[in-house]
Amino acid sequence: MEKGNSGYWQATLGLLTKILIVWFVVSFGAGVLFADALNGIKLGGYPLGFWFAQQGSIYVFIALIFYYAKKMGDIDRQFDVHED
Amino acid sequence: MDLQTTIYIGVGLSFALYIGIAIWARAGSTSEFYAAGGSVHPVTNGMATAADWMSAASFISMAGLISNMGYGGGLFLMGWTGGYVLLAMLLAPYLRKFGKFTVPQFIGDRFYSKSASMVAVICLLTASITYIIGQMTGVGVAFSRFLGVSSETGIYVGMGIVFLYAVFGGMKGITYTQVAQYIVLILAYTVPAIFISLQLTGMPIPQLGLGSNMVGTDVSLLSKLDMVVTDLGFGQYTTTTAGSTLNMFVYTLSLMIGTAGLPHVIMRFFTVPTVKDARSSAGWALVFIAILYTTAPAVAAMAKLNLHGTVNTAVVKGGDLYAEESSIKADDRPDWMKRWEKTGLLKFEDKNGDGRIQYYNDKPKSEEAAAKAEAAGWKGNELTVNADIIVLANPEIALLPNWVIALVAAGGLAAALSTAAGLLMAISSAVSHDLIKNIFVPDISEKNELLAGKIAMAVAIVISGWLGLNPPGFAAGTVALAFGIAASSLFPAIMMGIFSKKMNKEGAIAGMLSGLAVTLFYVFAHKGIFFVKGTEYVDMIGGANSFFGITPEAFGAIGALVNFIVAFAVDKVTKEPPEHIQHMVEAVRIPRGSKAVDGAH
Repeated sequence: MEKGNSGYWQATLGLLTKILIVWFVVSFGAGVLFADALNGIKLGGYPLGFWFAQQGSIYVFIALIFYYAKKMGDIDRQFDVHED
Repeated sequence: MDLQTTIYIGVGLSFALYIGIAIWARAGSTSEFYAAGGSVHPVTNGMATAADWMSAASFISMAGLISNMGYGGGLFLMGWTGGYVLLAMLLAPYLRKFGKFTVPQFIGDRFYSKSASMVAVICLLTASITYIIGQMTGVGVAFSRFLGVSSETGIYVGMGIVFLYAVFGGMKGITYTQVAQYIVLILAYTVPAIFISLQLTGMPIPQLGLGSNMVGTDVSLLSKLDMVVTDLGFGQYTTTTAGSTLNMFVYTLSLMIGTAGLPHVIMRFFTVPTVKDARSSAGWALVFIAILYTTAPAVAAMAKLNLHGTVNTAVVKGGDLYAEESSIKADDRPDWMKRWEKTGLLKFEDKNGDGRIQYYNDKPKSEEAAAKAEAAGWKGNELTVNADIIVLANPEIALLPNWVIALVAAGGLAAALSTAAGLLMAISSAVSHDLIKNIFVPDISEKNELLAGKIAMAVAIVISGWLGLNPPGFAAGTVALAFGIAASSLFPAIMMGIFSKKMNKEGAIAGMLSGLAVTLFYVFAHKGIFFVKGTEYVDMIGGANSFFGITPEAFGAIGALVNFIVAFAVDKVTKEPPEHIQHMVEAVRIPRGSKAVDGAH
């Protein structure tokens, strides 16, 4: 466990960083900081920035959690630390 | 059958259902009380978590606030769902591996200190009680309409029922009751939304209806709403932010990390069978939460349009909103307005004495609107609608059938009661187990421990009910304060406990205390010391929102930042944690070797 452990933790942190970037971009990016700029684009009757703040970011969050759960499962097995 | 009778029957049936399921499920499941996830499918578990999580703030209050705030209301939607991403990735799997039952237990063990555990209890109690104040406000609204009494009386009745509900206790822990509550709650929320979306846009799915055109026109619902509200002097619906962009940013962040730091939510993930399940069950919970959260913005916008349409006929027919005959005559106002007037949460006052209702922004955002109101002889806004009634009144505003109105009443009560009971359980276990048994009276008998827990619950209900009479804000706003408190105190400590092997007890304790103190200092300045009216000291800190225009509800993120900075600074100058603690942190980080939860009561 001593040797494999640091590689496992690095892989975990790498995955977390990637997911947190997407998490940040859809909510704080598209939904807050750049919402005004995106509102110029329409998604049906929705201004796009408004859509990200009130709809889109929620859908992305769900996808992120399931992606995370799946990828972590892969990492667990790769470093042989999964539950039996 | 008249409306009131239908409501009584609807609410009565829903309660009979919960109690029935509780009795049916109790026999086999007493031993699984704390490990309820053991034999329960992750999807079922997610549904139960969603019921637990969605409170009066989500169900009753949130859409009303979004309706008032417009685009800026999105901070509630993003904040209260985005936190699940943090919870799933940063906390849940590791706390599950750690295998203890409460947050103070984790903090006490990880930071090898009873003082740390005690500080965690204080943070937990402050956050939970603030949360319950918000619930009580919501319960008061629901009961006042349900019984046709004032909102004060509603709160008294609510206090009594919440107490009974929480003391029967066991019911709370049974997953299937919560599944039933979720189903009632979600139907109650979505059915009226579907009806209204169909009425307005011809599109049955509210999430799509909000982005569709108004029936029979090629104008989208949102641009129609934008036109109406700006013409009446309000800010544009789709672009008005909550304060400043900075405020909206930190507010959202505060709710997100608060979600991941609230004890009664975290507790759910201690009890899933495996680390793997802890990861995905957050995802399933979010799926079920999202059904309500993506419907809410549609409810908000459509209710706003309907409300304006009710009092101003030109909204629907087109034409001049300021024409005399556009405003409806007060005598012709619909029955639902009269019903809500009884609760004191909706008020009409004929300021210009023309016998008609003018509903507009009398501090208009545009010169044009000001001039029009002046020319029309309007002497001020005549209709005040409390944001917390929007969801409950929504089906009445849209003139939907009585059974739909009854369903919504049942859903609102389910949401408020289930969450209040969950929080009271968290308070009771923190006081009786983490505080009294683990720290002060280790040899307390099991019976006395239970009694102490019940007394703690009763005290919490009385305090929060009393403060709920003069709430520090709308239900969702008050609940947001609770999230800020959790965000600034508990979340950083738990996170550092997992992600920083070298974080020591001195750092964690100093961090929690300073995060909590700075947040409470700012919140109390605006809302009064311990939320008691009249003790505000906002002038002392240089006026309202004096810290870069950040509102007290949004301040939790700043508190969390202070927490992290203080913790790392103190950690640098004190000695590192003992060897065995560092090994423990390494063990917590990998899933292998997870075992059943111990340390349960």
